[in-house]
Amino acid sequence: MSRQAGELRDLYRELILDHARSPRHFGRLDGATHAAAGINPLCGDKLNLYVRVSDDGTIESTQFEGSGCAISMASASLLADAMTGVPVDEAEACVSEITSRLTTERPEQAISTRLEKLVALDGVREYPSRVKCATLAWHALHAALTNDPVPATTE
Amino acid sequence: MSAMAAVARGQHWRADFPALHQSVHGRPLVYLDSAASAQQPAAVIDAVAKYHREDHSNVHRGVHELSGRATEAYEGARDKVETFINASSRNEVVLTSGTTESINLVAQSFCRPRLHPGDKIVISHLEHHANIVPWQMVCEQTGAELAVAPINDRGEIELERMLELIDDKTFIVAVAHVSNALGTVCPIDRIIKHAKARGIPVLLDGAQGVPHLDIDVQAIGCDFYAFSAHKMFGPTGTGVLWGREELLDAMPPWQGGGDMILEVSFDKTIYNELPYKFEAGTPNISGAVGLGAAIDYLQGIGMANVAAYEQDLHDYMVAELRKIPGMRLFGAANHKASVQSFLLDDIHSHDIGTILDHQGVAVRTGHHCAMPVMQRFGIPGTARASLALYNNREDVDRLVAALIKAKEIFA
Repeated sequence: MSRQAGELRDLYRELILDHARSPRHFGRLDGATHAAAGINPLCGDKLNLYVRVSDDGTIESTQFEGSGCAISMASASLLADAMTGVPVDEAEACVSEITSRLTTERPEQAISTRLEKLVALDGVREYPSRVKCATLAWHALHAALTNDPVPATTE
Repeated sequence: MSAMAAVARGQHWRADFPALHQSVHGRPLVYLDSAASAQQPAAVIDAVAKYHREDHSNVHRGVHELSGRATEAYEGARDKVETFINASSRNEVVLTSGTTESINLVAQSFCRPRLHPGDKIVISHLEHHANIVPWQMVCEQTGAELAVAPINDRGEIELERMLELIDDKTFIVAVAHVSNALGTVCPIDRIIKHAKARGIPVLLDGAQGVPHLDIDVQAIGCDFYAFSAHKMFGPTGTGVLWGREELLDAMPPWQGGGDMILEVSFDKTIYNELPYKFEAGTPNISGAVGLGAAIDYLQGIGMANVAAYEQDLHDYMVAELRKIPGMRLFGAANHKASVQSFLLDDIHSHDIGTILDHQGVAVRTGHHCAMPVMQRFGIPGTARASLALYNNREDVDRLVAALIKAKEIFA
């Protein structure tokens, strides 16, 4: 089935391009309590995600470094933005929400308030080969929070 | 052939390939990924279908009519390969599942029993993983060492450095005929001459050579030549190992099973003769039928015509890509075939791939199973446009227009 010409802009929305060009929270995080790698070897997407969790179980800060396509970099940048100040158990719920949102066909689905900006990634659902780029950082977050020593991958 | 005549030829051949005549995302398909897998002409598709509809049975076994026909079709394909690459005997044509299996066969059957610790296997930095990993495995098994000749910034093998590596410790040299990631046509004449003078055998990974060049294994003077049917308009899962008969003859079987034996008892098994010694189990019969039909198709055109047409189109593609501001080309060898790797501005290759796909243009993105090449250039991957005889200048123009669109989106 053919897509309309405008749909490419649906994937590469301004917010995505903006975050890909100038990723927020980029770089190593000093004092990180949790860290994990996310690697998609076939793609070449590669990132390290750092999280600092306070004693009361709240994510104080999230940073990442790495290289990859616009979708993977923007997703990681948006993640780092959205996860600051979030309790760990809620962060895990966000991982589930985003990964299921991007892998199911429910465009009208409501999104949690703290993930509002992530609707910018919705266009990815139309590009099955690119969903793995969008979910990589989220799988890395899950790996970091569960202290999984194995790098996350979505390929 | 004049440029106009060349364009006309390309249009003519294009009509033979049904898969090219479709729209993708609302635009007529431009298929520029033949180096990954080429499309098949109707002649190949029909030959395989006819085999399945009318002639299918097992080979070399039955006394009945269909088994006879299947055997004739399968062995007929071997004869076609023999002529196509000018082998000196059909016994030299081993039908395999593809280039990868062919190279593994040589690594495990020719090299493994004879390699000693400290022996050297010489390859180059531009090899496909299929011409790296099998050698790493046999090095691990035997204590032999892998020596890698460097490439220069144009993506050419540094020949003098490679020749220096080929010395009396070298057991075998394995090198691509044409690089899949960079399009470089490697200086195989000089490498083979140097190796031969020292009695060292040479294997050529011909996966990207056979679809574009006129191959005469005797004139080339190598010892093994490996290639795949699906890069040359045939089906996947079928390929060839050509080897010089005296070498193949001295090699032990690689895999055991039916068809590769003359007589089996629990005391002793007598192996079959060449080439069956290396073809254990029921082979990919329909794949061989398709390979044979692909050879008929290519011979009908003439490989010299294919090469001339593609060279003209390749030069046009490179010239047009160079005109795009922000274009970085990877692979600028003096002698190239079919392939151009590139990056545009700082757009990741997968984003290029998606934007092109959206406009009906199919290219490959990523590391092209040649990670060391990407490491050499310090990049995670490239976009790669690869040509075949069915492409034309309009395809190149569509590629360029789609790339300009990508620039606009990422501006």
